[in-house]
Parts: sequence; structure tokens; C-alpha cells
Amino acid sequence: MFAASEAAAETAAVALKSGWFLENAWIIPIIPAVAFALIIFFGKKLPMKGSELGVLSMLASLVFAAGAGFQWIDRVNGASEEQFIDPVIKTWTWWQSGGFDLTIGQHIDGLSLTVLVVVAFISSLVQIYSLEYLRGDRRYTHFFASLTLFSAGMMNMVIADNMIQLILGWEIMGLCSFMLIGHWWEDGANSRAALKAFFTTRTGDIGLLVGTSILFFSANSWTQEHLGVSGFSIRGLSAWALTGNPGSVAITAGAFALFAACIGKSGQFPLHTWLPDAMAGPTPVSSLLHSSTMVVAGVFLVARLFPVFYEGMNIYGSSMNFITLIGGITIVIAALLAFVQNDIKKVLAYSTVSQLGYMMMGLGAGAWLPAVFHIFTHAFFKACLFLAAGSVSHSGSHHSFDMKKDMGGLRKYMPITFVTWVISTLALCGVFPLSGFFSKDEIIDNVGHAGYDVFMIVGLVGAFMTAAYMTRATYLTFFGEPRGAAAGEHHEEDSHGAHDSHDDHGAHDDHGAHASHGPHESNAFITVPLIILATLAIGAGFLNATPFGEKWENMKKWVEPRPVVVADMDHGSVGEMRGLRTADTMPATTDTVVATEDTIVVMEEGVSGEAKTAPLMAAAAPAESASGEEGHGEEGHGSHSSECGKKTPDAGVCYAPYVKHAPFKWSKAALSMLIVFAGIILSWLVSVQLYTRKAGFFFGLTKRNKLLAAGHAFLVNKYYLDHLYEKIIVRGIAHPIAKGAYWINQNVLDGVVNGAGIGTKGIARWVYRNVDQRVVDGAVNGSGAVARGAGGALRPVQSGKVNQYGALLFAAAAVAGLVLIIINT
Amino acid sequence: MLVNQFLILGAVLFCIGVYGVIARRNAVMVLMSIELILNSVNLNLLAFALRNGSVDGHVFALYIITVAAAEVGVGLALVLLVYRNRKSIGLEELSEMKG
Repeated sequence: MFAASEAAAETAAVALKSGWFLENAWIIPIIPAVAFALIIFFGKKLPMKGSELGVLSMLASLVFAAGAGFQWIDRVNGASEEQFIDPVIKTWTWWQSGGFDLTIGQHIDGLSLTVLVVVAFISSLVQIYSLEYLRGDRRYTHFFASLTLFSAGMMNMVIADNMIQLILGWEIMGLCSFMLIGHWWEDGANSRAALKAFFTTRTGDIGLLVGTSILFFSANSWTQEHLGVSGFSIRGLSAWALTGNPGSVAITAGAFALFAACIGKSGQFPLHTWLPDAMAGPTPVSSLLHSSTMVVAGVFLVARLFPVFYEGMNIYGSSMNFITLIGGITIVIAALLAFVQNDIKKVLAYSTVSQLGYMMMGLGAGAWLPAVFHIFTHAFFKACLFLAAGSVSHSGSHHSFDMKKDMGGLRKYMPITFVTWVISTLALCGVFPLSGFFSKDEIIDNVGHAGYDVFMIVGLVGAFMTAAYMTRATYLTFFGEPRGAAAGEHHEEDSHGAHDSHDDHGAHDDHGAHASHGPHESNAFITVPLIILATLAIGAGFLNATPFGEKWENMKKWVEPRPVVVADMDHGSVGEMRGLRTADTMPATTDTVVATEDTIVVMEEGVSGEAKTAPLMAAAAPAESASGEEGHGEEGHGSHSSECGKKTPDAGVCYAPYVKHAPFKWSKAALSMLIVFAGIILSWLVSVQLYTRKAGFFFGLTKRNKLLAAGHAFLVNKYYLDHLYEKIIVRGIAHPIAKGAYWINQNVLDGVVNGAGIGTKGIARWVYRNVDQRVVDGAVNGSGAVARGAGGALRPVQSGKVNQYGALLFAAAAVAGLVLIIINT
Repeated sequence: MLVNQFLILGAVLFCIGVYGVIARRNAVMVLMSIELILNSVNLNLLAFALRNGSVDGHVFALYIITVAAAEVGVGLALVLLVYRNRKSIGLEELSEMKG
């Protein structure tokens, strides 16, 4: 297995290191999957009702993932600068059909390890947090079971070696999100939200199946021939997409179909409507779903199959493509919606949608690494924000999430929650030394650098709005005068059902124990995860701190796949001609590792990409001056000489397209900082006027100005998208069908029935007189006596008990089987 | 040979299913047992398909899975209605016969 297939050793490429954790990364999702089964079957009998299994499995996964991560870093550091770092791929045959082998296995590279570590880490903290948050819940055991399975699904998706395995994980997550969002299903609103989340993401998932099929049928023969893997394989698809072979229609259609699934799962416009409703679930669920798992799945898919989208969506090809467009729209509309929410979790939900828009926009503009890095940093501060919101509702506002009614002034009572919240908010806004800056600013910067100027402006506008709505939420929650429950008031019991923003703890009998007095700080189960996450919200960004020079760009080194031409099996002979030795043998059996033939064809120095692809580059970024290229030439890892993604490689295959990197400029960073601070200050001033002084220019503005009032109503109604979907689309399809069916029922069927009835009546009368009275009755009376006798005899057999019938049936079958055997032998 | 093991597993599943159909009183459990029986048949089909190297068995199995899903849908609907009417899904209580 070890990537050190000796063949590669003598060539320019250094043998890649590997290690136990890397080779066995497939165990990572298995652990929580097993834990899930144990919790479901034995959880209720355990001392902590199964939660200990969930937490332990998550911690174990985290250890394994971290181990694999360190070994991966070792692998990258041990390799030469120009070398393609082979993913650690391991496959087994899952099922075969008609001579076709479908594999299951692991595809471990920087991207999957990044997400794995994040998922395992956030899941662990969320489960620890849930120990306290859901204490005494009615379905405590089931909650932990679903939570564990959810993480297992995400991890399975992340390590998936092929599309089918990826879909498996994807669907497990869909199912678990349904269970978790509807955890308190006794409340109708919650189960409606769960259904909505499920069906909305299903709508997009159609695209996933269609896209996978399209890609499979287009790619399969090529991948089988060249790489010996099926057309579902992620590695195969990536290489296939970058050959220049794929028919442009197939790959475009496939990319669009797959992106539809990403729109659904990652809550992009126009299928984002499920995400805020998904806040009906318990807060830890919101935190897990909306920071590192569920919604990141779509972004992850785009990042994973980036070559397919790169070719299919023509990234870098023009000043706009479908992904950037959707991402850009999502950023703005979600940020606008966040301004009119009173529910603190819904503000965060729309903020998540908006940040996912950033990730998508970044990927669409070819800013692969910043987008992936944003997944990484966003997970920490968004999880922290959600957990802080949960902490506020748990201990500060009597299980309410309504910022206007039940919060305010909480900073005095909940200092730890307050500080972690503020840190995460600043990180989310992208304030300089915190983690959000290093990812979000990079996205905006790179989007502009790649020639998507309009979207850079969209990104900056989004940054302004992010700062503003988060300031508003912070002000409402932690500043000003305490209101409602935050002031120690009690809810009338009947008002509980009145607002849907209520975390209704089904069997929460200990209300009196911890909620009867006023707001107070939560206990350590809640604050410790908050503190850890806030620390990471500060520090995570330094893993790829572009401003400090190349030394700090660790994520780029570790995670970004290098656009290097790698010899494939078919081109082995070419390698030999060039004096390179190739891998001696193809993997003989399916359960050996496939991706270790890491013979690297070092491209001749003369192949300078710029010269050959000048027209393409010019179209992509007309403004890009030669000096700009020079400026960051040294940080490109020689990617300028890479032809991957630009043209068909002469020999070998690429697994990653060439991506551009914007050179960092302090002036740009200063500009975006200025915008962010303007957003914060402006929003602060307006918030003070609106919510504390209740006077001034902005107070009651929407009531005075008709245009603004209309806009406000438009936002409060969420652009009427829900109305569109439920009232017009669903009803538009369901209503005519129902109406038509009713008409047919009334006129056609009833007519037939009535006619038949009248006809039958006539016939019956005749029959009665002639046949029945004379012929039949005589026979009947005679047969009646016979039947009674026979019936009495058979009565015990026809007991009406189904089991007995079944037993007779199987006994008869067994006897018949025995007879058959005897006859045949 | 491998097929043998498939067949044995199929037979075991089948027997468990038959036992369930006969011995269980709960209608849902009976439905589940029927599923077991169907799946044991599926296993046999797949085993023979594997031995003969043809795809037919796989196709049949897929059909059976589809039909079984539909069947369970109808069955559960029936059980639900029975439950609403009688507040019980015990099979022995379903009989209205006097014998």
C-alpha cells in the first residue's frame, strides 16, 4: 500500500510518506455508525442513557481524524514542491452487478481531512453541550443516536471514494436532519419544519442523482480504460473532467445537475427557505447542522468535484458563471432577511446562508482554497454563535429565542456567553486578527482578482451587511434594558405555543429548578465548549494567514491539490520513453490501493502556461497586469507552468485544475476593514435609536415611508418565496389534479354507476320473479342443509386468525416441497 | 462455494420470517416478517444470478424490492386504519368470526 511504490523513488518525485491513521481513515465514520447502533439498542439501559457512547465515539473519531491529519501534513512536508500529493485511496468491492464492480472506500486528501477534523471536533463539542442542554429530555437517547448517526453520515460523505458512497452519506444526513429538526415533533410547527427541510433538500437531490448518472455514463469508459476505476470514482471523474475529452454538453449538464443538489443542501437561493425553518430543532442541532455538517455538504461537493465544475461551469472563462451568480444572490438576499428577524437563531440561520453564499461564490470564481478555508473557520465561529444563542435561551431568557421580547442587557448576567458571542461575531464580520478575516477577505479578494469584479462588490456589500445585522443582534441580546424573561418575568404557560421560536423541552419537568429565577450564566458543560470554540474563532485563521507571507500559508500547502500532470496507467509507456519508470504492476485485486502509482511526470520547463493559454487568460482577467502575475509568482508552487485545467495534457492526467491566487495587499484589507467598521458603527447607532431611545430619525421610519414599509413587508414575508412554493407551485400542481379527479368522479364514474344501477334493478326484478323464486329457492333449500353440515366441519379451519392461515399455508408448501423432493429423487 | 452460503443464509432468513408470520400477534411484526421472507427470496435470486453470471436475478431482485415497498405501504395503511377503528393491532383480535 505504502505510497512508496519503489518505482517513484528514483524519479524527481520523493516517495510519499504514509501512516496507520491515513491508511485506516475509513474507520473514522465507522466508529460513530457503530455507536449509533449501540445507542439505539442498548442506550436506554446505560447509566447516562447512551449519551456517553455518543460523546466517546465522537472523541475517538476526533483522535483518529487528527492523527490522520498530522500524518497527512507529514506526507506533504516530505514531498517535493512540484509533486502531486496522491490522495490515500483504499477501496473494497461493495457490490457487483453484471460484471460491474462498485467500490466503497476512502479517498483521503487535504480537503477531506480538513472537513473530517472540523466535523469530528464540532460534533464532540456539540454532544458535550447537549449533555446539559437536553438534560431530562423525553427522547434523550434518540437524540444522541440521531446526532451520532448524523456525524457518521457526514464523515462517510467526506471520505467517500465514489459518488454512490457520497450519496449514501448525503442521504443519511438528510434523514437525520429530518429526525433532529423534528425532535420535538409534538409541536406541529416543528414537524412541519422537518418535513420542509426534508422535501426542499430532496428537490435538489434529484439533481444529485441525475448529475451522477450523467457523469457516470459519460465518464465510465474513459476512467475504466485509463485509471481502472468506475465512472463513479471521484478520482476518476476529476481526471476525466480535466482531459479535455468530455463532451461539453455532458459535463455542463452534469455540473448543473449536481449544483442543483448543492443549492438544496447548502441553502442557496432559491432553495434556502428550509434553513431558517430548521431552527425548530434543538439548538445543538442547529449548531451542528449549520456550522460544519449538513449545509457544508453542498459546498464540499463542489470543492470535491471541483474539476467537473471547473470545466462544466467554465470557471475563469467569463466574468460570470452560474455558481458565482447563485452565490452572490444568496449573500445579499440572506443578509437582507437577517435584518428583520426577531428570533436570534433565525438571524444566525440567515447569516449561515449568506456565508455559504460566500463559499459558493468563492468556488465559482475559482478561489478554491479561500472557500475551503472559509468552511474551516466558519465552522468554529458559527458553532460558537449558535451555542451561545442556546446558552442565552437556556439560562437567560427562559427558553425563548425572541430577541425583542425576552432579551436585552444580558451581558451583565452571562459574561462568558457574552464574550464568546462577541468574539465570534467579530470573527464572522471578518475583523482583522480573527479567523473570519483570513478566509472571507481572501474570498472577496480572489473573486476580484479572477475577474469577477461585480461579485467582489457584492462580497463587500455582504461584508457590510454582515457587520450590521450581527451588531443589531448583539445589541438586542446583550445591551439595552432587559425585557421579558431576561428581566426575570415569567411566561404565562399559554403563551408558550404562541411563538414558534420557543425551544419547547417536551418533558422538561425541572423548569422550576433552573429557570424560575432570573438570567444567570450557564454551567460548564455549556461554557467550556463556548470558550474552546471562541479560542478557535480567534486562532484558526492563522493556519492560512496570507498577509504574513508564504510561511504562514499552511493550509494552502497542505490542502490545495497541486495542478501537476500525473502519469496514468495508459500513458505508462510514454513515461518510459522519457526515461521514467512507472509503477510495475496494476493493482491486481480490488482491495489493494489504487492511487499509489505516483510516478510524476515533471513537465519540461519550456511548457510555460502563459504562452500557450494566453487567449484564455486574457478573456478571464483582462485587467490582470503582467506585474501582478510577477508579484505572486513565487507563491504559485510552479503552477504557472501547469497546464492543468487550461488544455489537454499531452501525457498523463491532472487531478486538479490550476487556480489563481490573489496577491495580498494591505490597502485592500484596510478597505474591507473600513467597510466592516462602518457597518458596525452605523448599525450600533441605528440600534440605539430603534431599541433603546425609541426616538430619532430611524424610529418608526418604516411606518412613515410607504416605500420602506413595502420593502419591510417584503422582507418580513421572506420575499414571498414560501408563498410561491406552497400556495402557487404546490397548489398549482395539486389543485387541478384534485379538481379533475373530482369532476371525473362526479360525472363519469357516478354516471356509470347510476346507469348500471338502474339497469341492474330492471334485470334483477325479472330474475327475482322467474329464476329466484322458482328454480333457485328449491335448490337453495336443498343445498343449505348440505352446506350447514360441511360448514360445521370446516369451521375450525376458518378461524379468521391470520397466523393460523399462515401456518396452514406454509405447512402445505412444506408438504408440497417434500413431495417434490421425493418425486425428483 | 459461495452460493451455498447465500442459500443457507436465505433459508435461515426464510425460516425466521415464517416463524414471525405464524407466531407474532402484532400486525406490524408480521409485516416485517413478510419482508424478511421476501428478502430471503431476493438473496436466492442474487445468489443464482451470481452463479450464472447474468443480470436477470438482479433485475428481479430490484423488482421485488420495489413491489415489497409498495406492499408495505399498503399494509401499514391497513394497519393504521385497523388501529384507528379498534385501538389495537393484535391480529387475533381482528377476527369477527364466532368459531
